[in-house]
Amino acid sequence: MATQVMPVREIRTAAPAAPPSPARRRRERKRNLWIYAFLLPTFILYGMYTLYPIVASYWYSLVEWNGFSADQRFVGLDNYEAVLADPLFWSSVRVTLLFMLIVAPLRVFGAFALAILLNSPRLPFSSFFRTAYFLPVVTTTAIVGVVMRFILDPASGPVASVLQLFGLGPVDLLGSSSTALLTAGVIYVWKFFGITMIYWLAALQTIPKDLYEAARIDGAGALKLFRHITLPLLIPFLLIISVLTIEDCFHAFDLMQSMTAGGPFFSTEIIEIYIYRWAFAATIPQLGFASAAAVLFGIIVLVVVIAQVWATMVSRRLRARA
Amino acid sequence: MSATTASTGSRTWSRLRSRMPWWVLVLLLTVLAFIWVFPFIWMVSASLKTSAEIFGGGLNLIPETLQWENYVRAWQDGNFRVYLLNTVIVTVATVAIVVARCALAGYVLGRYRFPGSRLVIGILVATLFVPTGYTIIPIVKISLELGLLDQLGGMILALAGGANVAAILIYAGYFRGMPAELEEAAIVDGAGFLRTFARIMLPLSMPVTATVGILTFLFTWNAFFLPLVFSFSNPALRTVSVGMQAFVGENSTDWPGMAAAGVISLLPIVVLFAFMQRYFIEGIAGAVKS
Repeated sequence: MATQVMPVREIRTAAPAAPPSPARRRRERKRNLWIYAFLLPTFILYGMYTLYPIVASYWYSLVEWNGFSADQRFVGLDNYEAVLADPLFWSSVRVTLLFMLIVAPLRVFGAFALAILLNSPRLPFSSFFRTAYFLPVVTTTAIVGVVMRFILDPASGPVASVLQLFGLGPVDLLGSSSTALLTAGVIYVWKFFGITMIYWLAALQTIPKDLYEAARIDGAGALKLFRHITLPLLIPFLLIISVLTIEDCFHAFDLMQSMTAGGPFFSTEIIEIYIYRWAFAATIPQLGFASAAAVLFGIIVLVVVIAQVWATMVSRRLRARA
Repeated sequence: MSATTASTGSRTWSRLRSRMPWWVLVLLLTVLAFIWVFPFIWMVSASLKTSAEIFGGGLNLIPETLQWENYVRAWQDGNFRVYLLNTVIVTVATVAIVVARCALAGYVLGRYRFPGSRLVIGILVATLFVPTGYTIIPIVKISLELGLLDQLGGMILALAGGANVAAILIYAGYFRGMPAELEEAAIVDGAGFLRTFARIMLPLSMPVTATVGILTFLFTWNAFFLPLVFSFSNPALRTVSVGMQAFVGENSTDWPGMAAAGVISLLPIVVLFAFMQRYFIEGIAGAVKS
């Protein structure tokens, strides 16, 4: 494989150094035209729906603007001042981060434990279990959210019936502000657990089998194999999987909106629902205000991801030095 | 279980004992798996019951008589016929656009150095984690101005234009790893830029196309935020996930009807998954490997 890749690099680094003949330059210009043509669809779509919105959000956050047809009035940082002064914005920040703290460890480490079990060649029916645990991943989140409302219904849902069997009176898990976020978190973990499990199984597949065999010949037991081979080799994947999972936790809009719509009493109102409420669900939309909240949300996501990558890099350097 | 014909009693016993933990584990995992799929079983059961049965039946999963009319109600009165068709159109079109544009971009980014190539990759990576909640307001605004807000085409473009950075990077990584001899041979044969890509590179990238296609399919079929906002002013554009919300809002007492609507909405993707589960799982696994 490595020998096959080499020539590509050689060509790439050698090409600009060669004396540029007019014919060659013409050929290169033609090649570059093709390259830009290939990039054109991405330039257009990505520019319209990703780059432009990022820039436009900054502009919108500086204007007062009550709807898609009304005029915009420049107000400077007033929107930011108003957002930062709104206790419900801070509540939504708290809910978003708390939600992340509940679900991310459960997904990352719970899925890890299950993947270790399911990866064992000695476990019967492991592919059946994989399929079963993966099933919720393929289903539509917004529909699962509605179904969960029925399942958790305090009057007739199956969860209430089970709790009744254990003598626990009617509990409205989603309807009470003290339990709603935790319940939503558990359902979110159930829904996306399978994806993290597959990430871990893929990571486990990358460990060469002969490493285990060699260690076993040297007399290492199952626990030692796990501690000295499996764990160290999986650490780089812990970074990737954690970043993917934590980043995922910021996109709980589908489930929250369909299950609780942020209620009761804003106890499950994540930032995305806060933005949605001001931009689309309010009788008089406040798009400038909502954009300011969106920009702040983007910054929070960025800070969390950067902090995580940085922490992992530092810990890896420390480990290398030890 | 592991009883063999010729072995002595003690040997059978010790083999059984060594296998015991695994069977206990299987039992525990089976219970867990049942809890895992229970919501779907319960939903199918509720979709075939009467309202009174759902409210009074407790944990009983077997309906007294099968109430197929729940499905008729969801399909016709609930408009799920329209919602399902919309979802299929939006998903197929989005997958086609995403695969095409990401293969093109991934090919040139992975295979060539050109003026601006580093800048393009840098910008793409920097926006890898941009949340939908952040971009949704300008997306609606620009769609409105271009007259795209009230049609399926606008929804498709917005879905296909969003965060597909990972797909481009997966393609780029794959094309970068291909041997240079392929291109050299194509040039010797007189193939130009376009033909080298279409006849040699693209067919060889089938595994990546499958991964990107399936992930995009899953993402688009299940999308909610964008379809919700795009169908505000035009209910005819609703996809199944948005239609479900509307149905619940309008018929909050029709539980069996809602369960039937849920089954109609989830069934296609679950059936597809059952037939193609290997590709689904490998597709997701491929994303983390690369």
